[in-house]
Amino acid sequence: MSATQPKTPIVSVARAEKPKTASSPVDYAKAPVNANLTPEQKLGFLADMLRIRRFEQASLKLYQQGKMGGFLHLYIGQESVAVGTCALMGPNDHAITAYRDHGHALVVGMSMNECMAELLGKATGCSKGKGGSMHFFAPDKRYWGGHGIVAGQTPLGLGIAFALKYKGLKGCCLAYLGDGAVNQGVFHESLNLASLWNIPVVYIIENNQYSMGTSLARSSAIKSCLAERAAGYDMDWDLVNGENLYEVRAKTWDAMERAREKCKPCVLEIDTYRYYGHSVADANAKKYRSPEEIEFYKQNHDPITLWENRLKEEGVATDEIIAKIDKAAKEETAASVQFAEDSPFPEVQDIFDDIYYEVDMGTEAGKTGRHFFND
Amino acid sequence: MPVITYRQALNDAFAEELERDENVFLMGEEVAEYNGAYKVTEGLWKRFGDKRVIDTPISEAGFIGLGVGAAMMGLRPVMELMFWSFAYVAYDQIINNAGCVRYMSGGLINCPLVIRGPANGGTNVGATHSHTPENFFANTPGLKVVCPATPYDAKGLMKTAIRDNDPVCFMENTLLYGDQGEVPEGEYLIPIGVADVKREGTDVSLIAHGRAVLTSLAAAHRLHEEFNISAEVVDLRSIRPLDEQTILDSVRKTHRAVLVDENKPFCGVSSQIATMIQEHAFDDLDAPIQRVCSLDAPAIYSPPIEKQQLPTADRVIQKVLAVC
Repeated sequence: MSATQPKTPIVSVARAEKPKTASSPVDYAKAPVNANLTPEQKLGFLADMLRIRRFEQASLKLYQQGKMGGFLHLYIGQESVAVGTCALMGPNDHAITAYRDHGHALVVGMSMNECMAELLGKATGCSKGKGGSMHFFAPDKRYWGGHGIVAGQTPLGLGIAFALKYKGLKGCCLAYLGDGAVNQGVFHESLNLASLWNIPVVYIIENNQYSMGTSLARSSAIKSCLAERAAGYDMDWDLVNGENLYEVRAKTWDAMERAREKCKPCVLEIDTYRYYGHSVADANAKKYRSPEEIEFYKQNHDPITLWENRLKEEGVATDEIIAKIDKAAKEETAASVQFAEDSPFPEVQDIFDDIYYEVDMGTEAGKTGRHFFND
Repeated sequence: MPVITYRQALNDAFAEELERDENVFLMGEEVAEYNGAYKVTEGLWKRFGDKRVIDTPISEAGFIGLGVGAAMMGLRPVMELMFWSFAYVAYDQIINNAGCVRYMSGGLINCPLVIRGPANGGTNVGATHSHTPENFFANTPGLKVVCPATPYDAKGLMKTAIRDNDPVCFMENTLLYGDQGEVPEGEYLIPIGVADVKREGTDVSLIAHGRAVLTSLAAAHRLHEEFNISAEVVDLRSIRPLDEQTILDSVRKTHRAVLVDENKPFCGVSSQIATMIQEHAFDDLDAPIQRVCSLDAPAIYSPPIEKQQLPTADRVIQKVLAVC
């Protein structure tokens, strides 16, 4: 191998063996959930992907300027997953994810303003500056976070779906996790319970190949596929090529329908890739994988570029239309940065709100006994 | 007034709340078809069916997490831990999810969940099954912790816990399940965060929760009979929220406090009570605050010795005599 030749990218067998969009034997564009999409809807998906990317780029800049604390787990490179799945949610469908939660938040309808303000720890943030990057919530949009502990959200997704079934509502819960979360015990407990009790939950593994700095090959006994673990719980599973938005939508929709109609849970593994580190604080982001590998994915597997090309092929988009959409995403992002910067921080006394419902509401229960033990 | 067991009082509370609110369900290991490992849920599955009373696999992290998620959606799960000692495998779900989700969502979410089961030593099951973790959970703002000592309190507090809109850790005691006490027929509720003076006295305050209340009552009886000392017994009933006023009123009356606590002494519930008393009633004290806790080691198996590891009436009396 010459010095100038790019190293072979480390890809999962799932991705390597999977047919690429162009030569795919199944035309997912013709799947029922895609066949009747209007040009506006298709451009809407592009707009959402671009909104996520521009939002994340702006938040990276703010982080580097020292305007936020803690961690920042960027979604750049994975946009097709949130857009391809969350956009399928109906009125009784719910979503919950881990700490890489900005993309899903924007797709379910949270505003850039409230999200950007949360990153800056402002009182106008979606969690009033109490949650931060990893903890975005919008229960009114059926989005239940935003959870910081790897796989800790997986039984919550189960419980949300359990509640739907208990109430007799025909819906499902999309419960997202990363490839690193599949090795946590509580994920396996959740799979067993989901299958045992026929709970309408769809687990979506966003396989971006690395659990922080540890590649799949170094973290999973089964190298080729993570979703297959569901087979151990007599549960449906499937692999999804994350760079093909039509495929993401088609396979996720099928899983959602099985959950909604038959209360059959499922595990989907969507192959994807993150361009940045595990978090922005991940100093080794280019050490456990080569810069050439990252570049390879940007050049050949970028979900936004691929969708743009697809829409141009279909005659739905032109460079001018794309530029206009991107300009709107940038403007919305810039406005959100301004909003966040202009917003006030919470007050010190706000620390003691939002701990107990009964106290917040001033109920009799909230006034009985001492709840907080400060000096 | 009817006399029933602590176990039956809890069972009645579940039945009444299951009847009252269709969002209430019971879930846990062996709670349904087996009728409960300690028969606390006996007959409820037969009466309310599969939807409302649900057996789980041995999978505490999974099903407690499920309960948190279901509570976020507005259901009122009552989750049984066969022992509170098993909470440790579900710790992340209880602390990070049940305890923190309201805060991290800026108040958008609440979690009306009850997690319940016995938390006590004294049954010769060794260290792993004998934990009393009320201090661990009370250390988490966002959680409530309740430890009833009598059948009357168990029923009234359980009904309140189920209706509370925050997560409540409800800690029972296998050694109390068979205890009998007067429980009125029909509906009553006991607020969480209100202590109860179980015995009036003038010379010393014995401040306790859970089974230590009964130990304190036995000690108070002997102090009166053998030493002519009048001990008041304050039952905290709830650890968080805490009824400070009742504690302080008692100490200001008796001027002496002996804290009786099945927790281990280091950073135990009684540590917090001692700090609170010296902060607010230092000038009322005529003697240093004393504590009687479990002896500071993992729970020993050996049956006669384990009895000595827990707070005993003898040790309470010794501490009282040291300050009276």
